[in-house]
Amino acid sequence: MAERLQSTKRLKEYMTAYYIDAKTAESSNKKVGWITSGGPVEFLIAMDIIPVYPENHGAMVGATHQGGMLCEFAEKRGFSKDVCSYARSDIGGLLSDDPSKKGPIGGLPNPDMLICCNNICGTVMKWYETVSRYLDVPLYIIDTPVIHTGPIPEEVIDYVAAQFKGYIEFLEKVTKKHLDMDRLFEVSLIANENVTIWNKVLRKCANKPAPMTAFDAFTHMAPIVTLRGTQGVTDYYKALIEELDERTSQGIGAIDNEQYRLLWDNIPVWHKMRDLSTFFANHNAALVADTYTNAWASTNITTEGEKDILSAYAKAYTPIYLNIGIDKMIDVIKGIADIFDIDGLVLHSNHSCKPYSVGQYDIARRFHDETGKPSVIIEGDMTDERSWAQEQVTTRLEAFMEMLEANV
Amino acid sequence: MTLFAGIDIGSVATKLIILDSNPDKDKNIMYSQVVPSSHDPEQTAKNLLEKGIETLGEEPAKILATGYGRHIADFSTTTATEITCHARGIFFLYSAECTVIDIGGQDSKAISISKKGKVTDFVMNDKCAAGTGRFLEVMASALGVDPPGLNNLALNAKNNIKISSTCTVFAESEVISLISKKTPKEDIALGVIASIASRVASMTSRLNIIEPVFMTGGVCQAASVVTAMEDALGRNIKVPKDPQLIGAFGAAIIASEDKN
Repeated sequence: MAERLQSTKRLKEYMTAYYIDAKTAESSNKKVGWITSGGPVEFLIAMDIIPVYPENHGAMVGATHQGGMLCEFAEKRGFSKDVCSYARSDIGGLLSDDPSKKGPIGGLPNPDMLICCNNICGTVMKWYETVSRYLDVPLYIIDTPVIHTGPIPEEVIDYVAAQFKGYIEFLEKVTKKHLDMDRLFEVSLIANENVTIWNKVLRKCANKPAPMTAFDAFTHMAPIVTLRGTQGVTDYYKALIEELDERTSQGIGAIDNEQYRLLWDNIPVWHKMRDLSTFFANHNAALVADTYTNAWASTNITTEGEKDILSAYAKAYTPIYLNIGIDKMIDVIKGIADIFDIDGLVLHSNHSCKPYSVGQYDIARRFHDETGKPSVIIEGDMTDERSWAQEQVTTRLEAFMEMLEANV
Repeated sequence: MTLFAGIDIGSVATKLIILDSNPDKDKNIMYSQVVPSSHDPEQTAKNLLEKGIETLGEEPAKILATGYGRHIADFSTTTATEITCHARGIFFLYSAECTVIDIGGQDSKAISISKKGKVTDFVMNDKCAAGTGRFLEVMASALGVDPPGLNNLALNAKNNIKISSTCTVFAESEVISLISKKTPKEDIALGVIASIASRVASMTSRLNIIEPVFMTGGVCQAASVVTAMEDALGRNIKVPKDPQLIGAFGAAIIASEDKN
């Protein structure tokens, strides 16, 4: 396998600095807002509020194998094992009164406000309501109707844009500051640049061999998710692109002998990243693309032809990958498969994430019927390592690789 | 004589087939044996293989291990999953585009095989034990019989009883409650078997089912399971001779064809 990307070290420094800022926000007179991963963060950036993502924290919890332990705190208080493990581990961390058992960074910085956008799932609303009650902080919910088929209807744009107006009023009330709309416009342009360059990073894997894999993308997605709307994100990805281009110019791939190019669907199994990455590398298979990190490569806020900037936001944030129908999802997957020239599809049926996992059998079948390419479904959970059966997963993945080897 | 061994180390039973593969492609089964996997499947597999070698007086040129214990068989030349091996075994015997359903001790699978004998798609049961041989073992034990005894009871059932829970633990308590209500054990046994059949049939239906449909694995030695599967799928099912050995047979065939 290729050496670790040099950028990984910079990423660690970058994210550490960000979390230190967030944890010391009070001393620098800044407010902290917790926000869902698909939420419009640009408004917070424009108002100099530090955004914090419990879902990013959930990924860290999973990667450090603390998911089961933190989930148990929530389960002891009555949360079902069927509730999303990001929600359970986040709430569990809040409920834990043992400072050594609050998560990998000793718990998240306390929020001054919560912003919840249900474009990624319905669970976030109950999760954020729970946190709001528990920590006694104000919550603003943005409701984005699912766009099953066709373009986003005008009335939906108006409905969501009206909520963005309320969002601004909410932020102004909590911070006692005024939002400068010119500043929001400026941040939007930076966010667009961020999204565009992130898309370029991902597209680098269209090269053969791919200079990085989806496992790298899962790690390097942190800035586009957490710091979207800031110049640092663009700078960070520029350097990453240079590194990837350097690999490609030397013919170096992320794995040694890339024979199979695969597409990953769903949130990663954070607690099995290394094992899965080694498994695929040992089978000469590179996960060259995924639907998850790709979701942050498409939220362009285009004001052109829109009534106003809030309508542009409504249009960018409503029809995101998890807020569309299965037909549209299949189109996205087929589009990615085409760009990256993939040989097969690996779907993680994620016990935690219902909106991502419902429909995967239909997606796999349609994908096979329409492209002739095979797929495999493995069952697991993004954060909760207790929902994992190693032998079952190994057998499925090995059988899938045997099937690919026999048919290619 | 050039010998090739396929050993299928399952959660319940370990199966061995040793083939003599001639250059003219005739393949003769020289040795076949099934033993319980026991608490030490690695040693069981080693002993089984040694016995086979001793009987034939010759070492196999290649050994392919399959089944859940394939990775612990350090004596094997190579490994393959049960999915590939069951598919190879069936295709070698029937040379047809088909569907194979394998119900084993701790999992069940449905496999689509192309005209050329390649696996084109497969599905497996989810993590829970319902839909596996283990489910039947637990229910047999609740009824005070062994798995063949469960089959015998089911063959003499007079009424259809529905076991509604798919969870093994809850289904067991449902069985116990039926026993306490004096429901005939024969009817309960059939209910148990219909339950696993409907579970496996709905899993199989996720594939584009192409006939003929075959069943392999230890569980389909029970005639009542095959009948229940035919009812649940609404299709005829063919069962090869010695269905439990098909995985080991396919493994031995693959070993004999391996060019490395």
